[in-house]
Amino acid sequence: MSTASERSASPAIEVHDVVKTFGATRALDGLDLVIAPGEVHGFLGPNGSGKTTTIRVLLGLLRADSGHVRLLGGDPWADAVELHRRLAYVPGDVSLWPKLSGGEIIDLLARLRGDVDERRRDELIERFELDPTKKARTYSKGNRQKVGLIAALASHVELLVLDEPTSGLDPLMESVFQECIREAIGEGRTVLLSSHILAEVEALCDRVSIIRAGRTVEAGTLAELRHVRRTSVAAELARAVDLAGVVGVHDLVVDRGTGGARIACSVDNDRLDDVLRRLGAGTIESLRCSPPTLDELFLRHYGEGQVRG
Amino acid sequence: MTGTHPGPGHLTHTGGMVRAIVRRDRIRIAVWVGAIVLMVGTSAAATKGLFPTQADLDTAAVASNSPAVIAFNGPPLALDTLGGQVAFQIGAPVLVIAALMSILMIGRLTRGEEEAGRLELVRSLPVGRHAPLVAAGLVVTAMNVTLGVLIALALLGTGLDLFGSVTFALEFVVLGLVFAAVTLVTSQITENTRLAYGLAGALLAVSFVLRAIGDMHGGGLSWLSPIGWVQQSRAWAGERWWPFAFALAVAAALVGTAAAMLTRRDLGAGLVPPRPGRATARPGLRSPLALAVRLQRGTVVGWCAGVAFGGIAYGSITNSIEAFVRDNPQLADLLVASGGGASLVESYLATATRIVALIGAGYSIQSILHLRSEETSLRAEPVLASPVSRMRWAAAYMVVAAAGSVIVLAVAGVSIGISAAITTGDASLVARMFAASLSYTPALWVFVAVGVALSGLLPRVAVGTWATVAVAFVITMFAALLDLPQWIVDLSPFEHVPLLPAQGFAWTPIVALLAVAAALGGAGVAGLRHRDIG
Repeated sequence: MSTASERSASPAIEVHDVVKTFGATRALDGLDLVIAPGEVHGFLGPNGSGKTTTIRVLLGLLRADSGHVRLLGGDPWADAVELHRRLAYVPGDVSLWPKLSGGEIIDLLARLRGDVDERRRDELIERFELDPTKKARTYSKGNRQKVGLIAALASHVELLVLDEPTSGLDPLMESVFQECIREAIGEGRTVLLSSHILAEVEALCDRVSIIRAGRTVEAGTLAELRHVRRTSVAAELARAVDLAGVVGVHDLVVDRGTGGARIACSVDNDRLDDVLRRLGAGTIESLRCSPPTLDELFLRHYGEGQVRG
Repeated sequence: MTGTHPGPGHLTHTGGMVRAIVRRDRIRIAVWVGAIVLMVGTSAAATKGLFPTQADLDTAAVASNSPAVIAFNGPPLALDTLGGQVAFQIGAPVLVIAALMSILMIGRLTRGEEEAGRLELVRSLPVGRHAPLVAAGLVVTAMNVTLGVLIALALLGTGLDLFGSVTFALEFVVLGLVFAAVTLVTSQITENTRLAYGLAGALLAVSFVLRAIGDMHGGGLSWLSPIGWVQQSRAWAGERWWPFAFALAVAAALVGTAAAMLTRRDLGAGLVPPRPGRATARPGLRSPLALAVRLQRGTVVGWCAGVAFGGIAYGSITNSIEAFVRDNPQLADLLVASGGGASLVESYLATATRIVALIGAGYSIQSILHLRSEETSLRAEPVLASPVSRMRWAAAYMVVAAAGSVIVLAVAGVSIGISAAITTGDASLVARMFAASLSYTPALWVFVAVGVALSGLLPRVAVGTWATVAVAFVITMFAALLDLPQWIVDLSPFEHVPLLPAQGFAWTPIVALLAVAAALGGAGVAGLRHRDIG
């Protein structure tokens, strides 16, 4: 076991230039991912971009063809058993043994990891409103997901590996999940949260890595990524103003009414000042500026029509 | 796609579903039908080659008219004709395989699709409530009809007459349809696909035993068995088709029952609601081995019940063998002349034990293939993502398969032994049959090891482990009839186990089989540790 100071010195997860192929398919093509201890890291990408493959490499289920992979200071393939004592994993589609009850599966998975905090388990079952006596065969997708989450959150591990963990949960349960993750953050745990639900990542994560086709296309804090983004602007003006051709204005839509005009566009943040001055010349009657969302980040990286995979 | 579709039809888009099934399962369908036609065709040709003259047929009629053979094959009808011999030699075992084809296909296409959640997607489309069930029925009916046509052609090709050939082919078609209908019903009763197979399979086993006892005593019990119904059509022995009409009427009633059940239940549910489980796990459920035991204890009990039923049935007719020989001095002379030294009863019991052990090998394979199914279902993932090594995970399933095989064999041996002891009054048979059955342990372990080796080294074809036991089955049942070369016979692990109690025990084959099992198992585990999982 490494000491706490050693752990904080090296990244919890360190992936450099990893390649993994399945036959002719290059699932990971030079992927990078670095997560510091205690960080909540959003791992974003459309379906098929390599998120699950990365996680399986980190769990030692798949062996990378080339590249450097370290997990909690160890080699995920060679040291799998030792490393797994210190992490909990929730897959995106939790697959359960049909004839076991949810309660039995939660206990089994927690005991395999070595520690069962029964008080915490019962508390989580209550918070997620799970009926633990039902056979797994009869659970809906959302309920199967709850079983996986409770089994993972009930243990006191230092790293949570969550692969699209809230798919199938209703909004109420999603907020319970977010609460639980904030508690985990408070306890100093590290979280890898793979997702394509952008609001969830925005709500929870310090840093994000965005991947596409097995390659990291962007990594950084949310603030850093916002910096390069555009702001959506919608305004009602007393008199029409011509913004066509103005530097930094995109996706311009002008709706001319009697006398006034409605204008919607997106604006590069460093040109915002100039654009607002121009709008002011037309006498602003109402104005709405929305900050960039990760939705737009996705749109920018993957192009229109490909979002939310 | 929007637009109109014909009303609230319960059968809307049945045709599209049939096409989808055929496209997805075309290889499976071709293998089933082709394998059974091949089995029937080669057996018929072999029978013809074996008995070229009427004198040969007359001798065969005496030799094969023995209760042991009758118990395995069916009623002894017109055994001194080529057609009668063909029908008898192919007999009930191949009919059972044809029924299994219908059971497995219907279960897979109805409850299997529903349990996997795929039916939910299909039913959300403008597809009639009954369309998936009817589509499955149409596909399996077409499989059976195709099977019948090809069997009839194969028999005609052997030179057998038209009416007898068609009648014999119809035995397969009608039996297949009856068990397709049975499985339609069992698939409505339970929400668990395996249980639906199990219920239909149990009914097939009961049918086999009822007709075995009925045919032995020439009595009415055969009329309680669907296999008995179709065999009573008397192919090449004064054909009559009314038993087919009776069987088809039963099948139609079963289909109606299934359709009625379907309209009375929710999607995904069975008629029998599942019981609630435990809110927390028992203290012992804390290791991969405990999990493997928990998952498979029902399977072990089921197979034990199956082999116990078969063992008791085979054991209980032991006495009839003796009586039969007493009444047929001619047959006794023939058997003495053919040598062997062992008594007729001992030979019979040795063969019965081998057959029941072969059935037990089904458990060994079903059990060890959990290794693969746990992986493909992604249930292995959370276990292997916890501090459990691949070795420890695989060992759990290997231990359960190996130990379960011993339990199944022990139950089989005790069942045959006790029922044979009761009917003959020879108490020593209990211990002797127990030992005889357990001597197949290394053979079953070879099948377990084949499953491990394929799962570890060639995971995509792991399900092919079933083919190895099918080959062993064909070798044991038909080696003599097909006059297979010795090297093929030697491929089956069963053929190396001494035929206790007719022969003496020998260590050499046992040790050799254990060595083969260890080598295959070791190679499989090595493969599992070094390849990607999932």
